[in-house]
Amino acid sequence: MTTAENRKPKTENPKKSLRIFLTGVGGQGTLLASRLLGEAALAAGYNPMVSETHGMAQRGGIVVSTVVLGDLQSPLISPGEADIVLGFEALEAFRALDRCHDRTLLIANTATQVPYPVAIGQAKYPSVAEMFQRLAARVGALLAFDAGALAHESGSPLAVNMVLLGALAATDSLPIAAEDILSVIRTRTKEKFLASNLKAFELGAAAARDPGNWQRR
Amino acid sequence: MSVLLTGSAGERRLFLGNEAIVRGALEAGVALVTTYPGTPASEIGDRCYGISRQSDLKFEFSTNEKVALEVAAGAAACGWRVLCAMKHVGLNVAADALMTLAYVGVKGGMVIVSADDPSLFSSQNEQDNRYYARLSGLPMLEPATPEAAKAMTVAAFALSEQLKVPVLLRTTTRVNHTRGPVTLGKLADRPGPGRFHKDPFRQVMVPAVARQAHVRLLAAQDQARALAETSEFNEISGAGAWGIVTSGVAGTYAADALTELGLTGKVRLLKLGFTHPLPAALLGDFLAPLTKVLVVEELEPYLEDGLKAIAQERGLAVTIRGKGPGLFSRLYEYHPGLVREVVARFFGVASEAAVPLAPEQILEQPLPDRPPNLCAGCPHRAMYYAMKIALQDLGVEGIFPTDIGCYTLGLLPPLSMADFLICMGSSISTAAGISRATGQKVVAFIGDSTFFHAGLPALVNAVHQKHDFLLVILDNGTTAMTGHQPHPGVSLMPPGYPGEHVPIKRVVKALGVEQLWVVNPFKYKESLAAAKEALNASGIRVLISEAPCHLYAQRLSGKKRTARFQVTQGCGECRDCLDNFGCPAMYLEPGDAGQLQIDPELCSGCAFCVQWCENIRPVGAGKGRE
Repeated sequence: MTTAENRKPKTENPKKSLRIFLTGVGGQGTLLASRLLGEAALAAGYNPMVSETHGMAQRGGIVVSTVVLGDLQSPLISPGEADIVLGFEALEAFRALDRCHDRTLLIANTATQVPYPVAIGQAKYPSVAEMFQRLAARVGALLAFDAGALAHESGSPLAVNMVLLGALAATDSLPIAAEDILSVIRTRTKEKFLASNLKAFELGAAAARDPGNWQRR
Repeated sequence: MSVLLTGSAGERRLFLGNEAIVRGALEAGVALVTTYPGTPASEIGDRCYGISRQSDLKFEFSTNEKVALEVAAGAAACGWRVLCAMKHVGLNVAADALMTLAYVGVKGGMVIVSADDPSLFSSQNEQDNRYYARLSGLPMLEPATPEAAKAMTVAAFALSEQLKVPVLLRTTTRVNHTRGPVTLGKLADRPGPGRFHKDPFRQVMVPAVARQAHVRLLAAQDQARALAETSEFNEISGAGAWGIVTSGVAGTYAADALTELGLTGKVRLLKLGFTHPLPAALLGDFLAPLTKVLVVEELEPYLEDGLKAIAQERGLAVTIRGKGPGLFSRLYEYHPGLVREVVARFFGVASEAAVPLAPEQILEQPLPDRPPNLCAGCPHRAMYYAMKIALQDLGVEGIFPTDIGCYTLGLLPPLSMADFLICMGSSISTAAGISRATGQKVVAFIGDSTFFHAGLPALVNAVHQKHDFLLVILDNGTTAMTGHQPHPGVSLMPPGYPGEHVPIKRVVKALGVEQLWVVNPFKYKESLAAAKEALNASGIRVLISEAPCHLYAQRLSGKKRTARFQVTQGCGECRDCLDNFGCPAMYLEPGDAGQLQIDPELCSGCAFCVQWCENIRPVGAGKGRE
């Protein structure tokens, strides 16, 4: 991921606004992902605002965060106004459709984490294929793949966040170079997880380069 | 080393609003920080605890916010700079101290952080604590971003020392929990020991002294107003005959709205950061040339009412609006799109409102909720289960006043063991009122940290007044809900924690409770028997359910239990575990005849369910698997 075509000049256009919405289930590392994106953006000369939801992260609830770049002061993203959505779990990616518009890039993990009402038979988990088919028809582009499997492959099942960051960095939709994100990951990761995190990032990037994972309108 | 203790002046770092406040306090030479943990303020205490282990900063997790404020007040009287942080409802607990501390005043600078929670992300109400500034007469600063939070914290210490009164720093969740760039200043050294100089006729608030102190407080308010008039934290930008007045994070939404609606040259924007006392001359001068003004503030019409009063006094005919039909709500936090729509409507300009997609409509079926749940291996669930079965066996309906903590999740099915909740400590005293009024079987639940916070006076009262109910103290050894902070009864200590252990059992006995049971909730037979005995007795009874928070114990020890449990072939259709227990590790296989299963990834190995269900057995014949 340090190839020349991914290298971008710093502060390409720090005024260009970009709203990134991250959503997942407690324990999936959404907050770390948004923080790393924010740190990378700051290092690259942008003025990022990152907002987080705290409190329910350990208890199986939904955890969302936002990263806002450019000439904007608000840390929040309103319904219908996310330019990029990272969905860490299939159902939560679909639920985040309310943040999307018709040019949104949605990067989604197709792996599921069953909510408790579904686990005990009180509610039904919708068909993943059905959800992604309908998603693809509404957003600008959908990049969907099993990020959970790639995290396992990297040696760290908890590295779904690194897989999705790698995929995002490889899409060319960020004003930050992949190398800027990687250098933040290197400084923020504990030694024993570094190799697996970098591998997960690379596997995510490879998934983004696979045309079979894309659906564009 | 905490990142807040590193970095040189001028460097830019990405800090959480709460971290920015701590950094600001360190740059101002804060010597003591006190707090009681509460979302969204908790990280202030967490960071300061860490820093206190690495530097000469003094810090304490006090038993409650009133205690925290009074400890800080004592140190500030001796010349130390002090910071006291709490969530908005914590200031209710500390309000008695706050109101008269405003009279007593301070020598060293004192900053009180009140973290409000619009939208009630993790609170029991969404009160607007800006009114505490008006009620107490104290100056108030309101940051909109982490950068402003740091700058205002630094300035608040100086302001406090100049006026000799505490200064309120009022934040909201969206400021506390936003990360943004913060420009570092220089860290300051802390002073050595302070000294208490006796001055009783200024510092002992008996009526004759307080009458004079009130005069001084009003004079300090006049001085504060004069400073607000020229404060750098009140910024005016833009031009035109229309205006917006705003404060806090709503100001960022208003600024973005003006940019995106192309109104920058047509509207004058006043972002207020110094919001009590209101700078009357600045506001009057701002309003005077304008024809209409929109007030953009979350929660109550605090600025709006103030502006209307100023306009009336100046005889201005300008239209001032904020809250009302078609405009802003007094409910919940705002967001950029919402503010943009109201701004566009109020000034009559076109706005391309995004029409959000509706996921359920698009899928043509409801999306399952993802409610939070007590963790697998949580001792609270085990105690709730034993109490539930005890009541079922006795054929008695229980009424469950509850309290504030993880265990409030007992509200949700299948536990459904929460019936009444007001605030910290209310379980015990409301239980007394309910049982006296009805004679019903009342079982109150309170956590260990909450018990020390506000439970003690209520329990003494229950003993003295001979109330008749059972109090269950769910003692998991830590303040789990807010991130595992210690408290006096703490049994799970963060590394190096120096606090003295005050066992709950000893406290309960000393308060005069004679009927006391102590159980390990994971020993089902014992806890069920104790629950039945306690339910059958009368008068005030206390049952202490003692077992550490599984999550935190595992984190501290770095060890995971290896035992796992599985469902055997004999499992039929009783569904007792799903209907009464609700462990998140249990699930039904998809399909109509789905068999109950235990997810080995989620099972904590607590070995509780195996004690009451013969169809759940250890994996590998009772031995832990690899």
